[in-house]
Parts: sequence; structure tokens; C-alpha cells
Amino acid sequence: MQEASAPQAQQGHHGPPEGFIRKYVFSLDHKVIGKQYYGLALVAVFIGMTLSWLMRYHLIYPNGKIFGLELLSKVGAPGGVMTPEYYLSLMTMHGTLMVFFVLTNAPFAAFGNYFLPIQIGAEDMAFPRFNMMSFWVTLVAFLVLVTAFFIPDGPPISGWTAYAPLSAVGTDAGPGLGWGQNLWGLSIAIFCVGSLLGSLNFIATTLDLRAKGMTLMRMPLCTWAWFITACISLLAFAVLLPACLLLVLDRMAGTSFFIPAGLVVSDRLQAHAGGSPLLWQHLFWFFGHPEVYIAILPAMGIVSHILINSIRRPLLSAKVIIYSMMSIGFLSYMVWGHHMFVSGMNPFSSLMFSFPTLTITIPATVMTLIWLGSLYGARIRFTSASLFALGFISMFVSGGVSGFFLAQPSIDIYLHATYFVVGHFHMVMGVAAIFGVFAGTYFWFPKMTGRMMSEGLGKVHFWFTFIGTYCIFMPFHYLGLAGNVRRYSSFVDDFLLPLMPVHRFITIAALITGAAQFIFLYNLIHSRFRGKVAPVNPWEATSLEWTIPSPPPWNNFGDRHPVVYHDPHQYGVKGSLGDYVMQDSPEKIENES
Amino acid sequence: MGKFFAVVLTIIALVSAVPIVMHTWWMPPDISTHGHAIDEQLTDTMAEAGFSFLAAQLLLALFVWKFSERKDSGPIKSLPGGAKGLVIAALILVGTEMLALGVLGQKAWASVYFTPASPNALQVQAQAGQFAFYFRYPGADGKFGALHPDKIDEGNQNYFGLDPANEVEARDDIVSGELAIPANREVLLLIHAKDVGHSFYVPELRIQQDFVPGLDLSVHFTATKVGRYEIVCTQLCGLGHYNMKAYLNVMSQEDFDKWLKQKASEQ
Repeated sequence: MQEASAPQAQQGHHGPPEGFIRKYVFSLDHKVIGKQYYGLALVAVFIGMTLSWLMRYHLIYPNGKIFGLELLSKVGAPGGVMTPEYYLSLMTMHGTLMVFFVLTNAPFAAFGNYFLPIQIGAEDMAFPRFNMMSFWVTLVAFLVLVTAFFIPDGPPISGWTAYAPLSAVGTDAGPGLGWGQNLWGLSIAIFCVGSLLGSLNFIATTLDLRAKGMTLMRMPLCTWAWFITACISLLAFAVLLPACLLLVLDRMAGTSFFIPAGLVVSDRLQAHAGGSPLLWQHLFWFFGHPEVYIAILPAMGIVSHILINSIRRPLLSAKVIIYSMMSIGFLSYMVWGHHMFVSGMNPFSSLMFSFPTLTITIPATVMTLIWLGSLYGARIRFTSASLFALGFISMFVSGGVSGFFLAQPSIDIYLHATYFVVGHFHMVMGVAAIFGVFAGTYFWFPKMTGRMMSEGLGKVHFWFTFIGTYCIFMPFHYLGLAGNVRRYSSFVDDFLLPLMPVHRFITIAALITGAAQFIFLYNLIHSRFRGKVAPVNPWEATSLEWTIPSPPPWNNFGDRHPVVYHDPHQYGVKGSLGDYVMQDSPEKIENES
Repeated sequence: MGKFFAVVLTIIALVSAVPIVMHTWWMPPDISTHGHAIDEQLTDTMAEAGFSFLAAQLLLALFVWKFSERKDSGPIKSLPGGAKGLVIAALILVGTEMLALGVLGQKAWASVYFTPASPNALQVQAQAGQFAFYFRYPGADGKFGALHPDKIDEGNQNYFGLDPANEVEARDDIVSGELAIPANREVLLLIHAKDVGHSFYVPELRIQQDFVPGLDLSVHFTATKVGRYEIVCTQLCGLGHYNMKAYLNVMSQEDFDKWLKQKASEQ
């Protein structure tokens, strides 16, 4: 590996911030931008969660009144009773908010922005102005999307995947497909711009601004994960951006990229010809599948980073983790067709997409075995962060094994578009990634705010969340096996009625687990102001973020230029401070590889 | 804390497996000739996935139980074999497992999609539109009339946009709201979307196929068991998606002939 080390190029590339606006609003400081992303994700996740509560309630009481819902939408919930189309609107908004504004923002943009520069010993990102822009562009995308709640037509009903032609032909196809869908397309296009700016920045920073001695292989595993994610993200959003623009053109300029000839929607023959609905699916999933890894890879990195700190020993092999993440990133571009097995795509190409999908199991299993094997003979310390890291491994396995089924076109004939799929991606991409975010929050909160979070509340939060998410998402798989179709606003078919008890159980579990998240919110806010003052290195960790004050000064390392002597995996050794040696400590370590 | 984690995780893993082992919520009985291949593949995969799931969760529980908060300050042990052992084990075990699943799964897939329908299969056209399915039989001449989207007129029950006034083939076409088919005879279902994307899903038949606007697709299958089964839409198609359904009516050849005759006289 190349012995790259950064010259002091970053020195003084922006001065200390002056005034409230430069300090907290239009800040160039990657740490403030990281916190802004985190705040945005937090707002989005609580909206998204509330939407899932409303949906779960509606599924078991289709005619039940929901107090206050009428205030949000008179048309969508006349008398407080949700209409079928409003259910689909909420579902679309839930998916879009969660995938884009939570799962992409929190593990990658928020923590990556805050910690990537510090972990490589840089003063800031390579392009601080681009960095600021990436957040504000993302915020605009969020506001554009959320506006859809307040327009007369309501939010779009075509799902987060916005399959054409439903999403393309306009209001003829139903409510929410007018301006709601326009706002959706514009919002996601804007979001892509923000993500592209962010990814460029991550890549340039990692390659150019590493401190002296910080070789690539000495970077912490989460930095590696953010770097690989940035590479994936650069290619993925670069495809989604034009796809969304073409969709908006179909809708607003009368083009026909995704609409074929001869469609009769609501008794009206559409004036489009020559487009292909499958083109949208190919473009969308060419982004959509790598997106799954954009959500999960940073969580894998964060968990690996926290795990070695909790088990007080290095992983069996950090290199294997890095190479596995790389191969997952590479393979993620060869598998998008597995979302389209029953789409009418050539059945031979289904096989070509099935094999690489099954192959992803190999690096994923290797990583799981490395995490598991590293626990052997360790001395595990239990903090809220380590519990969520261990919980992540469990969730990743549970969500991963259902992929065995969905990777096979023959089984997908039966399971496609059932709750089995919903259970699969919620567990592996939703819950597992969120566990990574929780672990990261409990672990880094002291550094980010200078105060400790309550460990007691953190553990209560963990138990509710761990048991609760299993209670919610395991039964999804049972429903799918029984053929329960997804995206239904209520279950009226005879073969679905016997499954209602399972749905009731899930709804109760979802309400309780969701409520438990307010423990986390309380802990977060309360600790921010009233938590114990955090020392520089509360977890006895080795990486560079723990060598600077909590919270760090605007230029991270002050006037110091850190020099790195070790990789961050030096746990379970005899060091001057205890059983670990920090990356910037010049001391010699016995048997250092 | 570690022991508690181990116990909770073990309980979760075992309880999760119970409904799978007991088949509490499971696929309905298969009524097709190709379905057993899919079911077998699903059962094999379940065995491998179930083993991987239980092995990983129980190993995680065991290690967390054993190595939590150890008080001794002795040197940290490492897993015998180290990373190399694990990587080789994963490559060989998981590699073979996945290769096996991939190759076996291909056979099941091929049985549905790579063999063409036999020439004397019963041809039926299925049309999906917001929010209903319609089915069309070619009638006595064995030929379907052409589709004219501009002639679609639901008020006058011209769901497909036929032009019987000008086209001979269209005159004897039989249109039905339910899909009636004879048992034990191959059916070639021609898939046509009227407006947006839909999907044809009959869990008992182990068939799911999207309707893609602008793309004429087909599936073929043979149903073996007389009975009435629900056809549901599985591709999000708008506000009535949850309620978009029709029935598959599998009849004996005799009953089917009678049904077809009666339908023809009603047209």
C-alpha cells in the first residue's frame, strides 16, 4: 500500500469562524456540518417513524379514527379516517424519508463529515465550501419533499421506488400524482446533487489530507467504510440524478422516456409514445441496490470501530474487513436486476443477476465470521455503544439470511412483493444500519458535545429496541411466506384475513418500540445540556479523535500536526496508558504487525 | 449484562425458528405442475438459511456469554486458525452452498421460463387496468381480435378496445371477469397492461408476473386442482391497489367447455 502522507496543505485553509451565522448556520466547519446532517436525519427519522405508526394503526383498524390526522390532510383523512390513497402517500413519504434522509444521511454524511477528517488527522474537508453546500442542498431537498404534505393534492402515492408509468402519467392515474409527484422527483434530484458534492469531498479528503504516517491501512475501519461508501455513492447518485430529471421531464414537459404508446388511464388515451417503463426500473435499481450498501457499509465500519474498543483486542483481520467491504461495493453494481425478476425482463438475465447476488453472501459471511471470531477470547466491556454493535451483528445476520431466498429467481416468483421482502430490507438495511447509528451516537456523543450520555437510559433503550425490532420484523417473514402482499392499505382478500392476528401483534410491537425511541431522544437532549462532562478519551480508544479535546476546537488539532505511528487496532497490548496504544503515540509495541 | 444478552438472543433465535419449523404460517398447498420445484428449492434454502441463522446467533450468544467482563488479566487468546481459517471456511462452505443454491434454483426457474408453452396450450389474454383484471378467450376461430386503445369504453363493456364492427376475429372473442381454465391442461396467459404497471399473483399457482405497459409478455402453467383461487395485484397501481382482485376458477374440462359455451352465448 502506498505510503501516502499529506503535506501541510490543509494549513489555514479557512480561518476561525466569526459570528453566529458563520459558526452555526452557514458553517464551513465539517463538525458543524456533520451535526447539521445528524439533526436533519433526526427530524426525518421521527417523521418517518410517526408515519409508520399511522400506517400500522390503519392496517389493523382501516376505519379507525386517528386524532388530529384531519388537521394534516382534510382530503386524506376525512373525519380522521385515513383513505386508501392517503395510506399510500404516507407509505411513499415514509420510504423516501427513511432511505434518503435517514439511512443515507445519518451513518454516512453525519458521522462521516464529523469524524473522517479528524480520524485521518486533517483540519477540515478538502472542499469546505462544497461541504457546506452539500448540506444546504440536502436541506432544500428535504423541504421540497416535505412540502408535499401541505399541498391540496397531497404527497405522491407511487412508493419510494416511483415506478413508471404510475409516477409519470400525472393526475389521471390518481390523487397525489400531480404536484406531489413533481415535488418528489425534484426533491430526489436535488438530493442527488448534495450527495454527489459530499461524496467527492469524502474521496478527495481521504486521498489528499491524511496526516503524516496515516497510511491507507492505518485508517480506522469506519474511515475506510466512509471512503468506500463515497465511491459507491458517486456512481449511484450520478445515475439517479438523470433518471429523476427524465421523470420530471415526462411529467412536466410532455416527453416520453418512461411512457409507452397506447395507455388508457382513467378512460383517457395518453398522448405519449415510445417510452419504456423498464428503463426507469433499470436506472432506479442501478442506483437502488448500491443504495442499500450506502446505508449498511458505514454501519459496518462504525460497528467494527466500536467493537475493537469494546472487546479490547484487534479484529482477527482488519484487512479482510476492508477487502470484504470493497468487494461488496464492487458487487453492488452487478446485482440490480434481482429487483426485477418478475418484471418481464429477459429470463436469462435473471440468472446473470442471481449469481453475483448469491456471491455477495461470501464477503458478508466473511465479515460476520471475523466479528464473531474476534469475540473469542476477548474481554468484552458492555456499554450502550457495544450493545448496539453486538445487536448490529445479530440483525445483520437475521436480515442477511433472507437474502438467500430473494437472490433466487425461482423462489422470488413466490416471495416477490410480499412482506418477506419488506422484512428482509427493513432488518438488513433499516434496523441494522440504525443500530450502527445508535452505536455511533452513544460512542461519539462525548466527543461531539463534551458531555456523556446516560448509560442507564442507553441500556434501557437498547433492550426495548433490540427485542422490539425482532418482534416487528421477524413476523414480516412469516407473513411473506403465507403470501401476504405488500403495499396494501387494508387486507380484504380471503387468504389474507387469517393473518390479521400477526398484523395486530406487529402493530403493538411497533407502537411500543417506537415509543421507546423517545427515551433515546430524551437522553440525547438531556445529556447535551446536563450530562456529565466528558474527558478527552472516555472509552480508552486509540484513534485520533480521542487525542483532541471534547468537543474539538474549530481546527480540530489546534496548531498541532498529528503524526501517526500505529494502526488504530492496538488493543490488548502493553501500553503506557493501559491495554491500548494510541495512534499518535511514538511508543514501541511488542509484536506489532 | 453479557449473560443477559446471551440469554435474550438465544430465546429470540429459537422462538423465531418455531413458526418456520411448525409451518404455522406457510405457503398454501401448490396446485400447479411446476410448483413443486419452487417449493423444494424454498425448503432447501430454508434449511441452509435456518442453519446459518441459528449457528451465527447461537455462536454470538455463546461468545458473548463466555467472554463478557472477564476479570483475569491474562493475555488475550485468539481463535485457533485465525482469520485465514475463517476466510477459507467461508469461501469453501458458503461458496459451495451458494453455488448449489444457484445451480439448483436455475433448474426450477428454467422449468417455468425456458420451456416454451406447448402449441396446443389454451391461450387466454389477461388485461390489467386500474383496478380490475379482465380475461379474453379467442372464441371459435381461435384468433384474438386486435386491440385498439382508442376504442376502450368501459361503459359499454368494451374493456379491451375491440372493434367487432370492422374485424371478424374480434366478433367471437369471449371476455370474462374471472379466469376460468380447465384442470390439467396447459394455459398460455398473454399479459397486457392497459394503463400502469400491475402484477398477476396466485400464491397457490406459484405464479407471479408483472404487467408492464408497452410490453407484451406471457406465462404458461398447468393447474392440477379444481377450485376457486384469488388472483391479486402485487404491483403498486394506485389507490385501489389493495382491492384489485379476480378469481381463478379451475374446472374439469367438461365444466370448462360448458362455461365457455355459456359465456359465448352471453356476448
